[in-house]
Amino acid sequence: MPVSDPGSGLQQTTSYKVVLPFYVFAAVSFLISCTLLLLNTDIFHQHYFQPQTLAITHLMALGWGTMIILGASHQLLPVLIEGKLDSFLLALLSFIFAAVGIPLLVTGFYLFNTGLILQSGAVLINASVICYFLNVITSIGESKKYNIHAFFIATASLWLFTTTFFGLLLVFNFSRSWLPENSIEYLSIHAHMGIAGWFLLVIIGVASRLIPMFLISKYSSPVSLWWIFALINIALLGFIILKSSGAYPNFYYSPFLLVLIALILFGYYNYKAFKERIRKHVDKQMKISLLSVAMLLLPLLSLLVVIYSIRENSRSNMVLLYGFCIFFGWITALIMGMTFKTLPFIIWNKVYQIRAIGKTPAPKELFSEILFKVMGLLYLTGFILFFVGILLLNNLLLKTGAVTLLVSAIVYVINVLKTVFHQAKE
Amino acid sequence: MEVLSNNNLYCSAALAGLYDVFDPEIGLNVVDLGLIYRIDFKDEDKTIAVTMTLTTQFCPMGESITSDVQQSVSNAFKDYQVSVNLVFDPAWSPDNISPEGQEYLNR
Repeated sequence: MPVSDPGSGLQQTTSYKVVLPFYVFAAVSFLISCTLLLLNTDIFHQHYFQPQTLAITHLMALGWGTMIILGASHQLLPVLIEGKLDSFLLALLSFIFAAVGIPLLVTGFYLFNTGLILQSGAVLINASVICYFLNVITSIGESKKYNIHAFFIATASLWLFTTTFFGLLLVFNFSRSWLPENSIEYLSIHAHMGIAGWFLLVIIGVASRLIPMFLISKYSSPVSLWWIFALINIALLGFIILKSSGAYPNFYYSPFLLVLIALILFGYYNYKAFKERIRKHVDKQMKISLLSVAMLLLPLLSLLVVIYSIRENSRSNMVLLYGFCIFFGWITALIMGMTFKTLPFIIWNKVYQIRAIGKTPAPKELFSEILFKVMGLLYLTGFILFFVGILLLNNLLLKTGAVTLLVSAIVYVINVLKTVFHQAKE
Repeated sequence: MEVLSNNNLYCSAALAGLYDVFDPEIGLNVVDLGLIYRIDFKDEDKTIAVTMTLTTQFCPMGESITSDVQQSVSNAFKDYQVSVNLVFDPAWSPDNISPEGQEYLNR
């Protein structure tokens, strides 16, 4: 039977070999983060500048949030920019540098070894981010499709580099004080470059493309996405200027307000995409991802309290609550949903790409839906218990919440491994 | 969406098989999804050219879907050589989905 090669104009997507290591690393990081959280619940009674707090925060931000976003974006970048990923080698190098650098950085913080361990970790993480940034920029340059999603992802990766480079300066400032102030004085700038500049921009840039795509929605509004993009960047630059110039605390409400408007616009964008969807059935992965958009309200409210009580000493647990709502709330809920929306496709392509027509499982059949449901329930219960525990500074609630979150992380890892090791039935 | 062809009889036979080729994410076949634009038959050199699109450029499932489309048409026309041409102009839109497909997705 003569058959020609399929597809003139066939577009090469990113190999699973590039993407999978990021997912596995992230899953292990989440598990370790939850374990450390359980072992160190007492840090929520103390000031936020503690070795264990820094270690857990960086493991959640880099090992969990950033690693899975890097992995997913290597797969999704071609969809967003309508062009292929420029370099598999840079993607691989980005993983290797981060996979060695993150454990070093986290160990350095945990032991508060501000010397070689912490410094080498920070250098390697910067090397990883530079590889990623170059790959994003050259891929966009090659594709020549300068749409709003490309602007979101390019600017977000630039903010990621700014965050890690500033972090590198802060790390070296521990051992040799060559910045004008102590590193602690710059923490809020470093943190918000990462939270708003990297996480918020990249998540909105990707979600604004994927949510309508998965819902099969006709809704599209590049104008509102441009507004969101501008508002977040102006707010972040404004905050950095205000903080660097030692402005009066009430001025911090203005960047807060700009981000709030951006998030309301993004919420409206998602609402419209949801209302105008053709696919009526919304699966659980999408539901938990949409829930994460609503969960952004919690860090915003706690940030409002932090700004309000900025000159009081009693705000430390509110700062911790703010960080917890971002990393264990918004980002974790989004990742939990999106992992089982993207990972099954990567594995499905690996196992079933070249196949005879006939019965093959759908990608959603590669993971356990029961485990996903159990994970979701445990996660929400653990999050609420821990959230209330921080508010009331109640150790029992903190411990119970941390145990529940840890069990949800174990269930998550089991389900990820079940998907990763899926084999075709004979 | 109507699939264009230079041979309506052969086209119906090809489409019958393509109703069994699914987009794995959406769970809808490629015909009702409106991915197939045209199928042209050349009896003189025994070739079939399928012109189709994907729901998005660089779709991670693209290679699998196009490969299945080629396989399906080859199965229906065993003496023909089948090529699949992927195009993105015009781009796919939800309006391409057939009324039957919309009904399925509305469930």
